[in-house]
Amino acid sequence: MSFISLLWVLLLGSLLGLELIGKVPPTLHTPLMSGANAISGITMLAALTLIVKAEGNVPLLIIGSVSLGFALFNVVGGFFVTDRMLAMFSRKPSNKK
Amino acid sequence: MNLPVIIKFVIDLLAVLLLALGIKGLSKVKSARDANRLAAFAMSLSVVGLLSYYLGTSGIAIQSWIWIIIGSIIGSLFGAILAKKVPMTSMPETVALFNGCGGMSSLLVALGVAIFPISGGQENFDFFKSLINEVSISVSVFVGAITFTGSIVAMAKLQGWLSTPGWTQSKVRHFVNIVFAVASLIAFFDLISGNTSSIWLLVIVSSLLGIGVTLPIGGADMPVVISLLNSYSGIAAAAAGFVVDSQLLIVAGAMVGAAGLILTQVMCKGMNRSLVSVLFGGSLSAQSTASSGSGEYTNITSCSVEECALTLEAANKVIIVPGYGLAVAQAQHTLREVTKKLEQNGIEVVYAIHPVAGRMPGHMNVLLAEADVPYEQLKEMDVVNPDFPATDVVLVLGANDVVNPQAKNDSSSPLYGMPVLDVQEARTVFVIKRGMSAGYSGIKNDLFDLPNTSMVFGDAKKVLNDLIGELKDLGVGEK
Repeated sequence: MSFISLLWVLLLGSLLGLELIGKVPPTLHTPLMSGANAISGITMLAALTLIVKAEGNVPLLIIGSVSLGFALFNVVGGFFVTDRMLAMFSRKPSNKK
Repeated sequence: MNLPVIIKFVIDLLAVLLLALGIKGLSKVKSARDANRLAAFAMSLSVVGLLSYYLGTSGIAIQSWIWIIIGSIIGSLFGAILAKKVPMTSMPETVALFNGCGGMSSLLVALGVAIFPISGGQENFDFFKSLINEVSISVSVFVGAITFTGSIVAMAKLQGWLSTPGWTQSKVRHFVNIVFAVASLIAFFDLISGNTSSIWLLVIVSSLLGIGVTLPIGGADMPVVISLLNSYSGIAAAAAGFVVDSQLLIVAGAMVGAAGLILTQVMCKGMNRSLVSVLFGGSLSAQSTASSGSGEYTNITSCSVEECALTLEAANKVIIVPGYGLAVAQAQHTLREVTKKLEQNGIEVVYAIHPVAGRMPGHMNVLLAEADVPYEQLKEMDVVNPDFPATDVVLVLGANDVVNPQAKNDSSSPLYGMPVLDVQEARTVFVIKRGMSAGYSGIKNDLFDLPNTSMVFGDAKKVLNDLIGELKDLGVGEK
């Protein structure tokens, strides 16, 4: 992948991100932030790449593994906590007479 | 093009699409929960895509598998446990902690690549390519470090582990931060000119910069900061994508970075603050102590729980204004019992939710939903404000700055211009509060001095429990 095309990817990705969120009800600010935060843990892919390409270099394997741990902490924790918050909203209308 | 490449391309494309749909869906109440799951699914899909690609091409060594498994199990386990255990009241600091760890991950990847260049890099050495590589490593380290230390400071401040040191409110802090920023720049140029060891300098000064920028910011502005740091961690991920040559990482990181920026903007608007004043203005309380904050209260009326109960019983319409104090006292369930009693007596009860009630937008809705308060009873500020003149009793529970009339009347007040709930328009206002301490902004609340305001002193939960007792004695809700 050439650098220029990666830059295009960056540009288009940013534009997409700007367009995705328009009006957000205040109720959803916290869950949205938390959900987006979980997605930013996508850097786990970089950690995985590092481990796969380490080729037996133990210090690098360890760095990659720690990095992967941090990223997954972010991802797994982030999605669970967002789900917990959102579960409270969706439960609402049904259990009121 | 061989098969693994095609498969990975298709999976990546699908993952990006699903992630975009996920972020989009998260901004609507109806679709939010499914959207969150969709995003989680897209993330796992992206991992499958990456691993299958390497299995199909270079293969994955046993040793790598072992480290992958160790890292994932430990990380996921701690993440899941924390997410399940943490009380809803400490949501903002939890998000900050998760976010900081995401930044740390990007930092470590870049650091790893900087110290041990991964294979393939050196064989066809190309000046331009190595420059790009070093720039992206630097950006990833720089943004990752700021995200990490900034988030940890934000978390510590929200938890109350860290207060705002005095020196950070003086002009000195700008000087200190400029020194850190310049040092980062020097380390950056040193790094791209080939001196690999300056990566350590970059790590240290950018970490310090993260602390230096976040430390002066007052607690009330923390949600905005966390949202901004969340955007940073997206940028760090995108930079890490350049480091390891992953388009998916770049797209997803850029998307989160941009979306986070928009969300930050939306939040700032809700609190009537500009991003610049949040970042460089320092804590609200520090500016205000000199001006209007020092005013003394002259006309405080305090009353007993019994009086409060009597007034409530005679009311037709009651509005509850919950704030962070309610959350701290974990009194949302007790509050629900009180309002149930009132409703059984035919009294109309509504909850007025200020956009930033509970220190984080949307936080109060989450807490009240946890206590089974019907969604329809939660009214947003703009909807409920015209109702106050027709309201008999307003119960302010642990809220302070968001009901301060100064924001409307006193143009010299630091709060001036912030949207507030017009509770003083109601016939009677009860403020349940532990003492006369100032709110989060540290500013005197003119509401407390008004003739139609009565203070009920005590811990929110205890007062509400007493209130239940008194209402029972009056026979409210017993029909």
